[in-house]
Amino acid sequence: MMNAQPPKETCIIVGASHGGVNLAFALRKEGYSGRIQLLDTDKRVPYHRPPLSKKHLISDQPAGQLLKPLQAYEKADIDLQLGVTVVDVNPSEKSVTLDDGTSHVYTQLVLATGAQPIIPPISGVDSAAHLYTLRTAEDAQAIAEAFNACEKKRVVVIGGGYVGLEAAASLQLCGAKVTVLERESRLLARVTAPDMSDYFYRLHQENGVAVFNAKNVSEIQTHNNENLVCCSDGSQYPADIIVVGVGVRVNTHLAEKAGLKLDNGIAVDGNNQTSDDSIYAIGDCCAQFNTHYQRWLRLESVQNALEQAKVVAAVICAKTPKMNAIPWFWSDQYAVKLQMVGLSQGYNKVVVRHERVNPESFSVWYFNDDELLSVDAVNHAKAYVLGTKLIAQRQRVDIDKLQDSSLALNSALLVQI
Amino acid sequence: MANITFITQGNIPVTVHGESGSVMALAVENNVAGIDGDCGGVCSCATCHVHVAKEQFSLVGEASEIEKDMLELDDDADEYSRLCCQIDITPELDGLVLTVAG
Ligand SMILES: Cc1cc2nc3c(=O)[nH]c(=O)nc-3n(C[C@H](O)[C@H](O)[C@H](O)COP(=O)(O)OP(=O)(O)OC[C@H]3O[C@@H](n4cnc5c(N)ncnc54)[C@H](O)[C@@H]3O)c2cc1C
Ligand code: FES
Repeated sequence: MMNAQPPKETCIIVGASHGGVNLAFALRKEGYSGRIQLLDTDKRVPYHRPPLSKKHLISDQPAGQLLKPLQAYEKADIDLQLGVTVVDVNPSEKSVTLDDGTSHVYTQLVLATGAQPIIPPISGVDSAAHLYTLRTAEDAQAIAEAFNACEKKRVVVIGGGYVGLEAAASLQLCGAKVTVLERESRLLARVTAPDMSDYFYRLHQENGVAVFNAKNVSEIQTHNNENLVCCSDGSQYPADIIVVGVGVRVNTHLAEKAGLKLDNGIAVDGNNQTSDDSIYAIGDCCAQFNTHYQRWLRLESVQNALEQAKVVAAVICAKTPKMNAIPWFWSDQYAVKLQMVGLSQGYNKVVVRHERVNPESFSVWYFNDDELLSVDAVNHAKAYVLGTKLIAQRQRVDIDKLQDSSLALNSALLVQI
Repeated sequence: MANITFITQGNIPVTVHGESGSVMALAVENNVAGIDGDCGGVCSCATCHVHVAKEQFSLVGEASEIEKDMLELDDDADEYSRLCCQIDITPELDGLVLTVAG
């Protein structure tokens, strides 16, 4: 045929969550005129995950807030297909195969496949009653239903990371009797310094949650819908509901099939391109070299997924991406608002600053010698904001003044000239 | 309950009607350009920054302490700035005009 139109470009995005959805919309914003196919196994219209463990956990609508209203996809001409799983990638033919057997050809493929919760290989875990992980709206709904249906409301949370602690706080506030069992000698051991671990330990204890560190769960015994969670030190905890929050495994299955380079996640360059030129990876599933901290990182945060989505949209549309290499994160527990910026790994100095005017506010500042690496701020947006600016600009901080809480916290105080 | 007008960066006014919830959620629902609401409305990202028309500022009132601090993330913030996830839709807001921050 003469004058045939060249086939339209197609970007296929696997995973319609924080990463995938934002990429689809960012592509349109950057002027992408090809087809956008956005696919997810999850049947629900894509939603915010953070509220699942927070206020929405026991609400009537644990499915929570949508990332975008359904009409927005149509308006932006994004072909959102829910309840479908991509089962294979063929990079030489540039095609993917779905579980319904259909094949689809792409010009660009983006893996935004995220991660899934680990179920630890504890004896009896498979036959435990009302044992849940917490990653999807469906999980949250299942927990809410079990919670509402049960009388004694004894909840054991296995794992004292953010998801576990947030779930513990939400359930406690709703009247559960919650026990948290953490294997490490302190809470949040992987992600914060001991000061913050101690703070959250006390916070949960004060709110009536029983928190135990150094508890290695070795067995779950289940009789008549009641579980007994047994630890290797001989202690036992009865549970009607068990929430497991011990970390995630990255969804690299498709990347493996495509023969992509993996390294603690799908390895990507500064443009989030994988070892195959036509395939990108964003969000929780990928590992990238962080230019600010000069280290390979795989981050699990909304901000990281969003940031990387914007980068890939720009790259696909042949524009220069704006990079922000300073990660940030938040967590809400009880009435406490935690905001973190930067990465504390490698710190050799910590300054904990309690504000005199507001004893509920404090901040933890992590340094490697003179360099400010990160700030954890509790009920203290000002410290978080200052930290964000100082870290990005690599400003020297006057540590003596920072330590002196008789001085008001502001940038004039901190910047060392 | 209230009609609210967002003036986007391209100077395009978008008037939408909201019944309940936050002004940020309303903007996201209606795909108002420039209001991302990345943190889902918990005052943690400052991607829902708007400038309130000066003469209407009393309708929405002052930002909270945390919100004021968060606004400092944005160099463009001024005395009529708000993070619109922190503004609840009420009938009093009918006719409100908000300029989406750049
Ligand atoms: C309970 C909870 C609370 C959290 N709280 C916070 C918080 O306060 N702050 C914060 O910054 N972050 C928080 N996070 C982390 C944040 O939600 C994640 O970092 C973010 O969701 C990552 O987005 P993503 O798009 O990379 O991956 P995901 O959100 O994991 O999405 C991946 C998607 O890919 C789909 N998928 C995977 N494989 C396939 C396939 N083969 N075919 C089709 N679809 C597929 C999955 O169904 C899934 O929907 C929280 C996470 C959870 C679970
Ligand atoms: S939506 Fe994040 S601060 Fe308003």
